[in-house]
Amino acid sequence: MLRIYFPILVLLAFAVITPLVMLIIPKILGKRESTPVKDAAYECGIPAKGDARERFPIKFYLIAILFLLFDIEAIFLYPWAYIYRKLGIFGLIEMGVFVFILLVGYLYVIKKGALRWQ
Amino acid sequence: MIQIPNINISIIYPEIIIFITAVIILLVEIFSNGKKWYAQSIIALIGIIVSGYAVSNQWNSFASGFSEVLVADNFALMFKLIFLLGALLTVFLSIWYFRREEIQQGEYFFLILSSVIGMMILSSANELITAFLGLEVMSLPLYVLAGFDKKKLLSNEAALKYFIMGAFASGFLVYGITFIYGATGTTNFDKISMVISSRSFGIDPLLLLGFILILIGFSFKTAFVPFHSWVPDVYTGAPTPVTAFFSIGPKAAGFAILFRLIIKAFAPIGGSIIPILWILAVLTMTVGNLIALTQRNIKRMLAYSSIAHAGYLLISLVVGNGRGASAALFYLIAYTVMTVGAFGIVILLGEKGEKDLSINGYSGLAYRYPAAAVVMSLFMFSLAGIPPTAGFIGKFYIFSSAISKGFIWLAVIGIVNSVISVYYYLRVVVVMFMKPEIQAGRVVCFPVSLMVAIILAAIGVLQIGMFPQGWFEAVRYSLIGLF
Repeated sequence: MLRIYFPILVLLAFAVITPLVMLIIPKILGKRESTPVKDAAYECGIPAKGDARERFPIKFYLIAILFLLFDIEAIFLYPWAYIYRKLGIFGLIEMGVFVFILLVGYLYVIKKGALRWQ
Repeated sequence: MIQIPNINISIIYPEIIIFITAVIILLVEIFSNGKKWYAQSIIALIGIIVSGYAVSNQWNSFASGFSEVLVADNFALMFKLIFLLGALLTVFLSIWYFRREEIQQGEYFFLILSSVIGMMILSSANELITAFLGLEVMSLPLYVLAGFDKKKLLSNEAALKYFIMGAFASGFLVYGITFIYGATGTTNFDKISMVISSRSFGIDPLLLLGFILILIGFSFKTAFVPFHSWVPDVYTGAPTPVTAFFSIGPKAAGFAILFRLIIKAFAPIGGSIIPILWILAVLTMTVGNLIALTQRNIKRMLAYSSIAHAGYLLISLVVGNGRGASAALFYLIAYTVMTVGAFGIVILLGEKGEKDLSINGYSGLAYRYPAAAVVMSLFMFSLAGIPPTAGFIGKFYIFSSAISKGFIWLAVIGIVNSVISVYYYLRVVVVMFMKPEIQAGRVVCFPVSLMVAIILAAIGVLQIGMFPQGWFEAVRYSLIGLF
């Protein structure tokens, strides 16, 4: 019974051993020296400017999340529109409920001023 | 025409009622100016009561719907009533608290009610994907609720911790579901059990691994011991009514789904999952109680005590038969009222901002506010399991169910643990009655809504404790069709 999982065990062992070997070999064979260029975050890129922990307005985040939300609504509408005739009145009611729920969310977003850019 | 499956929408009427209530609260929030906090709280209360009526109308109907994905047997309905009771008491706790803290936002009730919808789905789920859906619908509002006190740093920390831990747990759960699907080819509980018992050879390791991962996923929510590290910080940081809701709602919902999994889906491999649950039960009880001994903060103490109570409930999960399930249901009802009561007193005695929640801050309370001290002692006695309170009958029922199935050692460990717990519960009583008053200036006012919650909880604790017969009957009827 357990025999069929043997290849997975081999794979697991391989996955653990390979990176270990790759980490250990340079330690033994390699030479270490550090220069300012080598310690830079991007050795072969543009020289870094300032700190990575910069703060930026949360408005971008809010807009992105809201866009995602209503974008998904649109995605759900496409397959529904494709088989709309086959679904009949049942599909219409279901989609009506779905859109109504999102409409409440949309009204909430507008009234709370989440889309006001100031 | 496409064949539309039989959905039988009538079985989700309680959920629909709660949802409509939540949407109305949100619409009131955006379209009305001025004072609306009280109006919203009354709408929430009406919605919860109407939904409870809808649940009780389904009693003994044993309906199922949405292609057998949701079932409304009495077991699920009983759990739904427990969630609604918890939500009702939480709303009563919240009305005054959020006024004192000056964060009266109607979204609060919306979030509480959304979370209740998730719990209700979880309790009637008869399939793994639906259970996952219920868990997420329950959890997402809870993450926001933990951080509802936006200006308090601790509350923000609580929300972030809870979110990260919860998301991690959901990952475990889904991973487990994939294993179960891989091993059995189905996610339906009845079919899983059929597939397992139709196999002649031993236990499929994939199946066991899948079950363990699912158990881990739910263990985070119900705070069993190796997965409890988020509990103290989240319980301390979250607003107090939310903490009360955390310790009753998700816990009961987690037990609802775990019982259904163990009784139905994984019943054929019960022999090999009982040792896992046994160890989990002992760890959860013991660690919860031992760490609670050293706590100085009342909310932290109640957090660890809620872990310990999850441990007692796990005993009934180990027992796993009808007696265990009925003991768990009974205990959950008792636990809901006594926990809400204890948190109610914490809210009553707190000041704005709740800077001082140390147990020593209650010293000499009995001289100034004897009624509050007596009621708090009642809840502490009940949590410790001293007669004639609900906690005693609940514990008695759980330990006797363990003994009847032959888990003598588990019962012994449980009893030793509940003796340990007496120390830290009674310390609150000792501090209130036997220490002199240290700060002269604690002024308490007695708002009506909070008093309603505390008095309801106190009556519940005494009523369940002294006349448990009716509750026994109700709990027994709720198991019809499961065993």
